[in-house]
Amino acid sequence: MSALRSRWPQTLGMAIVLGLVAFVIFGPLANLFLWAFAEKWYFPNRIPQEFGFSFWGRVFSPRGNALASLGTSIWIALLTVALSLAVAIPAGYALARLKLRWRGLILLAFLLPQAVPNLPVYVNIARVFYEIGLNGTILGVVLVHASHGLVLAVWIASAAFASVDPSLEEAARNMGASPWTCFRTVTLPLAAPGLIASAIFVFLESLDEFTGTYFVGVPDVTTLPLLMFNASMGGNYQIASITALLLLVPSIAFMLVVERFLKADVLAGVGR
Amino acid sequence: MARRLPSPGGEITVAPTVNGSTGSWRAYALVAPALAVIAAFFVLPLILSAVLAFRSKGGDFTFEHFAKAWDLYQTDLMFTVGIVALSTFLIGVVAVAIAGYLTLGENPRAVAILRWLYRWPLFIPFIVTGQIMRTFLAKNGMLNHALIGSGLIEPLAAQSLLDWRGIVVAFVWKQAPFVTLLLAGAMASLEPQQIEAARNLGARRWRVLLDVILPQVRGTLLVGLVLSFVTMLSVLSVPMMINPNSPTMITVDVAYRISTLSDYAVANALCLMSLAVAAAGAWFYLQHAKRQTLQS
Repeated sequence: MSALRSRWPQTLGMAIVLGLVAFVIFGPLANLFLWAFAEKWYFPNRIPQEFGFSFWGRVFSPRGNALASLGTSIWIALLTVALSLAVAIPAGYALARLKLRWRGLILLAFLLPQAVPNLPVYVNIARVFYEIGLNGTILGVVLVHASHGLVLAVWIASAAFASVDPSLEEAARNMGASPWTCFRTVTLPLAAPGLIASAIFVFLESLDEFTGTYFVGVPDVTTLPLLMFNASMGGNYQIASITALLLLVPSIAFMLVVERFLKADVLAGVGR
Repeated sequence: MARRLPSPGGEITVAPTVNGSTGSWRAYALVAPALAVIAAFFVLPLILSAVLAFRSKGGDFTFEHFAKAWDLYQTDLMFTVGIVALSTFLIGVVAVAIAGYLTLGENPRAVAILRWLYRWPLFIPFIVTGQIMRTFLAKNGMLNHALIGSGLIEPLAAQSLLDWRGIVVAFVWKQAPFVTLLLAGAMASLEPQQIEAARNLGARRWRVLLDVILPQVRGTLLVGLVLSFVTMLSVLSVPMMINPNSPTMITVDVAYRISTLSDYAVANALCLMSLAVAAAGAWFYLQHAKRQTLQS
C-alpha cells in the first residue's frame, strides 16, 4: 500500500486513463440502454424525460414482429449450424488426420470467404437465387450463412481434431475398433469442446448476419438484424435499441463462456 | 463386433490407413462436400460478378459499366478508401497501445481491468454497433452530454458526428479489440527474457514496445489489419445507418443500384472496384511479409 501511495500521481493518471477507456467502451452501450427504456427523449435533455416499458410491450406484442423475427433468426442459425458442421466435421477431420496432397491449397480455399469482400458474392447469389426461386426463402438464407460460417467451422474443427492425441486412436484401432467406431467413441468426444466452440461461432455469426440476409432474404425472410435495421432507418430508436439489446444477449453470453470451450491448445492449432 | 479380434496382419494394415496414402481418396471425399459449398455459394458468385461487370447488353465485352460507375461514384470510392485506410491505421495504433500495456504494464490491477474492458465490442455485431453509435454520437448523444457536462465544450458547440467521423469511430470501436486480441496473444508468446534485458539496460517502456516487441509481432499485426481492412470494405449496415447520404461508402451505392434500380452491371463494376482495393491491401501485406522474411 505504501508503494502505491508514494506513486499516487501515476496511479491517479492510470485511473483517469482507465476511466476514459471504460467510457469509450460502455458509454455507447449505456446510451443504447437508455434509449431502450426511454418513453420520451428530446434534445437537449441529458437523460430521457420519461422512462417506461411501453415500447417493450410493443416489441413483444403479437403485432410487433419481434418474436416472429427472433424465431426466424434462431431457426436459420440452428439450420446453419447443422449444415456447417455436417460438412465441416468430415472436412476438418480429413485436414487434420488424413493425407491430402493439396492440403495447404484446400485450407486456403476455406479462408477465401473471410479474406475476400463479401458484397459481390451476396449480390450475385441473390440474383441466382431469384432465378431459381430461392430468394426470400429460409433455405436460401441458410445456404448463404453456411457458406460463410463454414470457414470458421472447418478451421476450428481441424484444429480440434489435430489436438486429439493420435496414440489414443491407434490404441483403439489396435484393439480392433473399426475406423467408424474409433472416430465415434474416441476422436469425436475428445474433440467435442472445440466443435462446440465452432458451433457457437457459426450460430452467432448467422444470428448477427445482416448483408447477406438483406439481399437474399427479401422480401419474406425478416431476421432480427433486419427488423432492427428497418426500425432504426424508420427513426424508431426505442424499437431499434430494444432489438439491438436482444441481439447483444447471446453475444455477451458467448463472450463469458467461450474460454471454457475454446482452450488455448486448440486456439494455438488454428491454421496449422 | 466380428473385427474385435484382429488378425496379426490386421494391426499392420490398420495404422497406415490413418496416415497412409492408400486412404487418400477417402480424405478427398470427406473434404468434397465442404469445398462444394464454398465453390457453389462463394466462388461461382464471384465469377458471375466479374462476368456481369464486363458484359454489355448485347453480350459483348465492355468497359462501359466501369466508366459509368467511375463517373457516378468516384468520390464515394475515394471516400471509402480514405475511411477504411484511416480506420485501419487507427485500429493499429489502438491495438498496439492496449496490447503493449497488457504486456508491459507494471500495475497488475490496471492490466487486469484493461484486459477485462477492451474485449466487450469483440462479439457485438456490426449492425448493433451501427445502432449504438447512431445514438452515442448524435447531437443529443451521450458523448456530447459528457463533453458539455465536463465543461470541455459549450452546449451550443455540440455537433453530430454522424458523418465520415461516425463511420471511423464505429469501425475502430468494433475492430480494434479483435486486432488487440491477436496482438496481445502474439506478444504473450514472446520470450520475457529479452524484454527484461532491454528494461535492465534502461530502455523506456515505449521504446521496448516499438523497438523490441513490435518488430517480432509485425506479422500478426498485419494479418489482423488486413482482415479488418477487408471486413470493413464489405460492411453495409454501419455506413447505411450512420451516413447514408452522399458522399458515402461503396457498399451503400451497390445496395442502391440493386434494390432501387436492379442495375446489376454497375453494381458489379463497383463490387470489382472494391475487390481491387482489397487486393491492393493484400498486395501491400504480401510485400511487407516478403520484406520481413528477407530480413530475417
